[in-house]
Amino acid sequence: MSPVTEKGETSLMAKAIREGIFAAIISFFMFLLFVGVETYQDINNALVWRMRWGLLFIFVAIAAIGRFLTVAFIKPHLDARKLSKAKSGILEISTQKSFFHRHFLKIALVFLLVYPFLMMLIVGKQGSLKYVDNFGIQILIYVMLAWGLNIVVGLAGLLDLGYVAFYAVGAYSYALLSSYLGLSFWILLPLSGIFAALWGIMLGFPVLRLRGDYLAIVTLAFGEIIRLVLINWTEVTKGTFGISGIAKASVFGIWSFDVGAPNNFAKVFGLASSSVYYKVFLFYVILALCLLTAYVTIRLRRMPIGRAWEALREDEIACRSLGINTVTTKLTAFATGAMFGGFAGSFFAARQGFVSPESFVFLESAVILAIVVLGGMGSLTGIAIAAVVMVGGTELLRDMSFLKIIFGPDFTPELYRMLLFGLAMVIVMLFKPRGFVGAREPTAFLKERKAVSGSFTKEGHG
Amino acid sequence: MAGEPLLKIQGVETYYGNIRALSGVDVEVNKGEIVSLIGANGAGKSTLMMTICGSPQARSGQVIFDGEDITKLPTHIIARRRIAQSPEGRRIFPRMTVFENLQMGANLDNLKYFKEDVEKIFVMFPRLKERQSQRGGTLSGGEQQMLSIGRALMSRPKLLLLDEPSLGLAPLIVKGIFEAIKMLNKEEGLTVFLVEQNAFAALKLSDRAYVMVNGKVTMSGSGKELLSNPEVRAAYLEGGRH
Repeated sequence: MSPVTEKGETSLMAKAIREGIFAAIISFFMFLLFVGVETYQDINNALVWRMRWGLLFIFVAIAAIGRFLTVAFIKPHLDARKLSKAKSGILEISTQKSFFHRHFLKIALVFLLVYPFLMMLIVGKQGSLKYVDNFGIQILIYVMLAWGLNIVVGLAGLLDLGYVAFYAVGAYSYALLSSYLGLSFWILLPLSGIFAALWGIMLGFPVLRLRGDYLAIVTLAFGEIIRLVLINWTEVTKGTFGISGIAKASVFGIWSFDVGAPNNFAKVFGLASSSVYYKVFLFYVILALCLLTAYVTIRLRRMPIGRAWEALREDEIACRSLGINTVTTKLTAFATGAMFGGFAGSFFAARQGFVSPESFVFLESAVILAIVVLGGMGSLTGIAIAAVVMVGGTELLRDMSFLKIIFGPDFTPELYRMLLFGLAMVIVMLFKPRGFVGAREPTAFLKERKAVSGSFTKEGHG
Repeated sequence: MAGEPLLKIQGVETYYGNIRALSGVDVEVNKGEIVSLIGANGAGKSTLMMTICGSPQARSGQVIFDGEDITKLPTHIIARRRIAQSPEGRRIFPRMTVFENLQMGANLDNLKYFKEDVEKIFVMFPRLKERQSQRGGTLSGGEQQMLSIGRALMSRPKLLLLDEPSLGLAPLIVKGIFEAIKMLNKEEGLTVFLVEQNAFAALKLSDRAYVMVNGKVTMSGSGKELLSNPEVRAAYLEGGRH
């Protein structure tokens, strides 16, 4: 090795050590109060605090070592790879995609269809409950919500921070109408969607003139208004107690999942009674709802209204000068997005059997929006992946008992859910600023798709 | 020219808040003409263009198109009367492909004539055909201008409004675009109303022209007349011919 590179290497090491120490100092002060101080109640119920130096040290050490490794090894390695690629002239995106890549959607669909049975086979009937319910259904609800919000934010470009309001409208529509009027799930599902869509239009009217930050603030307020109404209108909504004992969904009224009912699903088929059938049924219902959302979104994108949404996101003035009525375009976007939120809401109520305003806090809106942004605005596949990572990831945290070995027996990973959520977002946004699937798929072509299309080049302004 | 003009602007006054941008403008555009409007920065040229499109609307006066008073109509309805605009700054849809941008232009007829019209545009601007699957935002300035004009033409307009088509473009590209406008006018009989700072090119192209100063039309005449007018030469050509 020549002396020049040797010198380069020692300076790189020095730099890495310097940056590692720097990272340690920053993280020490950052985590000092967050992690270093623990408050608890003593025997006299007084609030006291103590320092957790050990845990704090682990955090600082991870930051310092991580930074050191990044600067010393990972970054030079990546740079060298990039350079050699640029030298050899191989395009990053090869035109020949792998089998998995090309048939990704089909594979994913087949996997989802067999998922509940697969889980039953692997972990048994009772064990599969967790995977079908906590993972499967939970993730699919968020996929559906995110796809619904995607119409408003991703396609029409209207930043909506109060999307959870429509979810709440759907959930309470089902909860109230089924407990007061005794209507069934299959009647209330479309009704909830319609109610939510109406609320979407009601929100849409006053905010027609607003865009960007201003729109975001008003929609945020709207979400809070709905939640506060639900809390305070105690005669109808029972306030913070919520509504419990909501009727379960049935298989189109043919088979019921109520234990006492004569047409109980398990009884009819002579199966051992178990709650797993209901969960599997719900899994397929939400899967069907998701597919409906995806189908409608894909179809709409190819229709004039969908094109108008996307054009509206790009340039409102140009839209008007092309004869597009921006008022109806915005309202339909709000209404359509809200409708899917309403569907998801009524499904949520049927699944939980209990709704309370606590399920519809701003954090939910933020999570749904984060999924849309992480996935890549407008991309259904990207959003689904983001939902799996974000929702599935936070569910997985409950199982991460091995973290206790590192952080000590008192460590409860669930409490760090949001911290990790934020960390994950920062990392994704650093490396993929346009989300997992950032490139927009065009909806129309004159002839064959070309190998090198606009999606491979960076966007410019001029 | 016999009969009513296609576009008749009578005593139009437009305000931005309390600031008067146009004070009593009269302009006429006859069918089959190329009419240009020249003037310095801030003279109100673009404001007049926007006023025709109803955003902002004129506070007083009238804009009459094809015998109908369109002064108080909303912008999208005016566009549906077949007034197409290639707005200032081009305003193409940056994340949509060239092809999709053109589709947006054909929205009024629900893509009924899309196929034949898009072929015409591709003949006129072969660059757009080459770049049809590329996103609008990745085009060069000249290509974006072509796309903006092409998109406006997709709606089969009776009147084409062009706001500063030469803005920020190299002279050679400006020439190409102006030739395309001329061809559209000669071969398709398209009526064009053009706002330009590049007075020399605009006057050479136009049948008639108006000169605007501080929100008022101060001079009008045929393109040739104005080109040889010493006042116009002094104000807009000698110093302003880039």
